[in-house]
Amino acid sequence: MHPAFSVVFFTTATGAGYGLLALLGVLGGAQIIPPDFWLGFIGMGLALGLIAAGLLSSTGHLGRPERAWRAFSQWRSSWLSREGVASVATFVPAGLFCIGWVFFDRTGGWVAIAGLLAAIGAIVTVCTTGMIYASLKPIAQWHSRYTLPAYLIFSAMTGSVLLNALLQGFALGSRMLLAASMLLTLLGWGWKLATWRYNDALEIATNANTATGLVGGTVRSLEWPHTEENYLLKEMGFRIARKHSARLRQITQVLAFALPVLLLAATLALPWPFAAVLSVLAAIAQLSGMLVERWLFFAEAKHTVSLYYGR
Amino acid sequence: MTCLPSQGGKKLGLVIDLDTCVGCQACATACKEWNTGGHMAPLTDIDPYGGTVDGVWFNRVHAYEHTTEMGGRTVNFPRSCLHCETPACVTVCPTGASYKRASDGIVLIDEDKCIGCKLCSWACPYGAREFDTDVGVMKKCTLCVDRIYNDNLTEEDRVPACVAACPTSARHFGDLGDPRSAVSQLVAERGGVDLMPELGYHPTNKYLPPRAHTRRAASVPAKALEPVRAEGGFLGWVDRMLSN
Ligand code: SF4
Ligand code: SF4
Repeated sequence: MHPAFSVVFFTTATGAGYGLLALLGVLGGAQIIPPDFWLGFIGMGLALGLIAAGLLSSTGHLGRPERAWRAFSQWRSSWLSREGVASVATFVPAGLFCIGWVFFDRTGGWVAIAGLLAAIGAIVTVCTTGMIYASLKPIAQWHSRYTLPAYLIFSAMTGSVLLNALLQGFALGSRMLLAASMLLTLLGWGWKLATWRYNDALEIATNANTATGLVGGTVRSLEWPHTEENYLLKEMGFRIARKHSARLRQITQVLAFALPVLLLAATLALPWPFAAVLSVLAAIAQLSGMLVERWLFFAEAKHTVSLYYGR
Repeated sequence: MTCLPSQGGKKLGLVIDLDTCVGCQACATACKEWNTGGHMAPLTDIDPYGGTVDGVWFNRVHAYEHTTEMGGRTVNFPRSCLHCETPACVTVCPTGASYKRASDGIVLIDEDKCIGCKLCSWACPYGAREFDTDVGVMKKCTLCVDRIYNDNLTEEDRVPACVAACPTSARHFGDLGDPRSAVSQLVAERGGVDLMPELGYHPTNKYLPPRAHTRRAASVPAKALEPVRAEGGFLGWVDRMLSN
């Protein structure tokens, strides 16, 4: 599948944004993170900013963005529509929580409830995003039980690494959160490795024989219907060289998982300004690594239409 | 509504004979010609005379070499929307632009609602949907809804343009929901198949596999030519002298 930058950025940014929103909503509402104007302002600004930037970038992918509102109508059948509804609905409790927690320094009561609802909305939205991909049968690498958990794990992972960077910046870092961020990063790493292993060993029942209905033997593409690349090949026939994919997998592992874990471990042992700098670096490394991961998620996915072109 | 309708009896579709298709591209050309002025018009071409020509087609004819222990053969393979019974291209559509008609099972796109998110083209295993980058909406085969019910055409012309154009009658149109229809009987007789049945889209269109090899060689009625061999003796000597 063609890795369109708008979609790669959208899923990475909203994943991190919703992860951060969910954590702030729960921990802020329950006063585990004390209300503080600048902390809240920057934290919620970051969370909602990432979400909004992601959503805007995804509308840039549309052929007719001015009609985007129509996408809220088919939530009964379409995961994309459900994602639209869930993402917009989440802004309501998130906005209320923001007002109460950031601007009025309130916790507990309705602010806690709004925070909790925002967290639930965030989780639901990430699930709908994951299901858009997991439900597509023509793409075997996505239509697997690894896809939905991956979206949830990566959202929690990037959200908590971001939150840690934020709290460390305000000298409010906690060992609990550091440990959680490291564990989630290790979990994400393990999940990604397992996914790659599964995909590499995948035996796909659909092949050139079933695609053409010609039984037995080999079916070789002799001639395409057209001489130049068409929409199908540009959008779904994207191929990535094996050696590039191996290199990019290494880059993903270093940037998204290994480096952040090492930086966070060092943070454990260091005092304030250093701890803050390392935590921010960990977040930046992880988010850039996740962009590479998401790019690969598309580039390594093979659509059944490529069978018709002998690819 | 992108939820699938509870299906009535009628399932209009095509039956494509891979035995007789000669890959002449007449169906693809006739389709392009009719539909660029039809229900989903235009079928935009980008850079049509340049080196990076691209454009929207509803029907594309591939050629394959199928090799089995019986030998190899070329199979020409037209590919277009199969008007599936359970098409995910419809259910994934967030806007309701994609829909399947309850009355005859035809899968269509309402171009005024489409936002061009392209998700339906990802959900179609068969590559039947092509995005029009110029108009910004998705396009696909309409089974020529604007021909098959068109009272301005004579009865025999009320078939999809591809069916009307095929010089070898490799394409058949009819109601595959009716077991007594000519197309259903053809499918039963020739063992018509679904493409990618394992994905569970239940395509309405069927493909008739090429007939089995017969091992009969073509008979040639003309007498074999005589071998040209150098003559000996006096006549041979004259022949050689005259040829020099
Ligand atoms: S062939 Fe593709 S576009 Fe046509 S109905 Fe089936 S899934 Fe939809
Ligand atoms: S491209 Fe248009 S028809 Fe296809 S899913 Fe999106 S809105 Fe629906």
